[in-house]
Amino acid sequence: MSASPETVIELEQAAVAIAGRPILRGIDLSVHAGEFVALMGANGSGKSTLVRALTGLRPLATGSLRLFGTPLDDFKDWQRIGFVPQRGGAGSGVPASVWEVVASGRLTHRKLLRPLGRRDRAAISEALDVVGLADRARDGVSNLSGGQQQRVLIARALAGEPELFFLDEPTAGVDLPNQHVLADTLETLSQRGSTIVLVAHELGPMATLIDRAVVMRDGRVAYDGPPLASEQVATAHLDGHHHHHAEPERHDHAPHIGSPIERDHR
Amino acid sequence: MSDYLDLLGLPFMQRAILAAVFTGFAAPAVGTYLVQRRLALMGDGIGHVAVTGVALGLLTGLSPTWTAVGVAVIGAVVIEVIRERGHANGDVALALLFYGGLAGGVLITGLAGQSGARLQQYLFGSITTISASDVVVTMVLAAVVVVVCLGLAPQLFAVAQDQEFARVAGLNIRVYNLLVAVLAAVSVTVAMRTVGLLLVSALMVVPVATAQQVSRTFRSTLAAAMVLGTLASVGGLLLSAAAPAGTRVAPGPTIVLLALAGFVAAWPVGVWLRSRRRLRQPFPVVEAAVHATIEEHPHEHGDECGHVAVPHGDHVDYVHGGHRHAPHGKHYDEH
Repeated sequence: MSASPETVIELEQAAVAIAGRPILRGIDLSVHAGEFVALMGANGSGKSTLVRALTGLRPLATGSLRLFGTPLDDFKDWQRIGFVPQRGGAGSGVPASVWEVVASGRLTHRKLLRPLGRRDRAAISEALDVVGLADRARDGVSNLSGGQQQRVLIARALAGEPELFFLDEPTAGVDLPNQHVLADTLETLSQRGSTIVLVAHELGPMATLIDRAVVMRDGRVAYDGPPLASEQVATAHLDGHHHHHAEPERHDHAPHIGSPIERDHR
Repeated sequence: MSDYLDLLGLPFMQRAILAAVFTGFAAPAVGTYLVQRRLALMGDGIGHVAVTGVALGLLTGLSPTWTAVGVAVIGAVVIEVIRERGHANGDVALALLFYGGLAGGVLITGLAGQSGARLQQYLFGSITTISASDVVVTMVLAAVVVVVCLGLAPQLFAVAQDQEFARVAGLNIRVYNLLVAVLAAVSVTVAMRTVGLLLVSALMVVPVATAQQVSRTFRSTLAAAMVLGTLASVGGLLLSAAAPAGTRVAPGPTIVLLALAGFVAAWPVGVWLRSRRRLRQPFPVVEAAVHATIEEHPHEHGDECGHVAVPHGDHVDYVHGGHRHAPHGKHYDEH
């Protein structure tokens, strides 16, 4: 390595509060181009919140975030970023084909009111090839299995040809054969030089691909370094003593009846 | 018969047909995005709010069409803001707007000294009394709705499909959400004269539901819904005009019932298509397991035998009495 590679993510002294409750505190994280980072930790440890803060979906209460050297507020190069949200189903109220969902990932390259160009179509079919769903392009997304839907969401991010990928729990609820396909896809991306930030509870077949593990615990970074064996994740602490803080309140799906304009701070 | 053709040649009928074509084409275009976001009843909510707008027009002497557009847009934006801020209690907020809008409309109409019959024109439509200037307004607004819905289809699709992804793709999702709300408000008021404010949501949603029965892609759903909406609104108008003398058949409800009839006809087809698709979905390829063979088989499986052929890796399994028969040389394997 000659010069140090470009720093694509620089998060300094970041804190995130949800509904006034501090969730993430004092996070410093920098990720260099080409790194494959796994954000790990127990449920409620803040790993998904962290990835949402990194993509700008969750505002920082304090601290600063720079993406590709640009402060988030001025960041406009969204085509350099590919986001794969945490999602069991990719369905919606109206049927959509696999091709259509993947094509929406091309939006970052399209100007308003312009049809898809040849370059766009090539990127879409390449993305479908990488995740191995080229033969399902015309099928409805809701007819696919959970693992295949997850691959569709990855293909959608891939279609935008980003340099930096954020994946939020791509393997949650996905069977082992599909996890292997996912791992192969990520390996391909990583070999092409993409930077990957992956949130995972369990690494499974992806364990061998990781360059670096960041373990979250109760909203703080508990460990940042070479990959850990999965049993070490649970015991990686900053210090030896344990304070148990109440886990952030989870949203439940029972209907709330309250004042309609009361923010629910989700 | 010639009486009927004469009727269609009358100016009021031609105006009505024009309004029906444009309304039927535009309403399902917005409706598709509302259904995609599971907000099928939003059109209904806006319709109720627009009642107050109509009543304000009657009270102030301004054009009820324009006051309805104004109040419906305000209502749609309020609904969207509430939806964005809360989520589970969003439907309670919608309910408050529904009833507030309707009650306000009826109250203000009374204050204006207008009869209920005048308001009823807007509640249930009165396409045959539409004036020439109203037809022009309807056509222009409907054309704007269609152009925006089709022109911004990639963006609107992405926002409705997955808000978070759209946001990380750099789209200003609040602008697009408000745009859909405003488009919905405009199409509600466009359809107000055709089917009426209380039935307007049907023209936005029912053609989409019908199209979904047979379509698998978003684009085909959108296109089919727009065609079905046009067929229903023009067909309903023509049907109601064909009613024998002495009976009074209102065009608005006829249009809605025709659209529903289309859904009832398409539904069994959709059920059949979906079950057929499920049956023919390829079997997963799993590592070779021990399997039994069937030496004696009553017939040879093929295209003609009537047993469902399902792809399974590099060959085809025939579903036969709960078994999967795979041809293997001269006999069949149980897969």
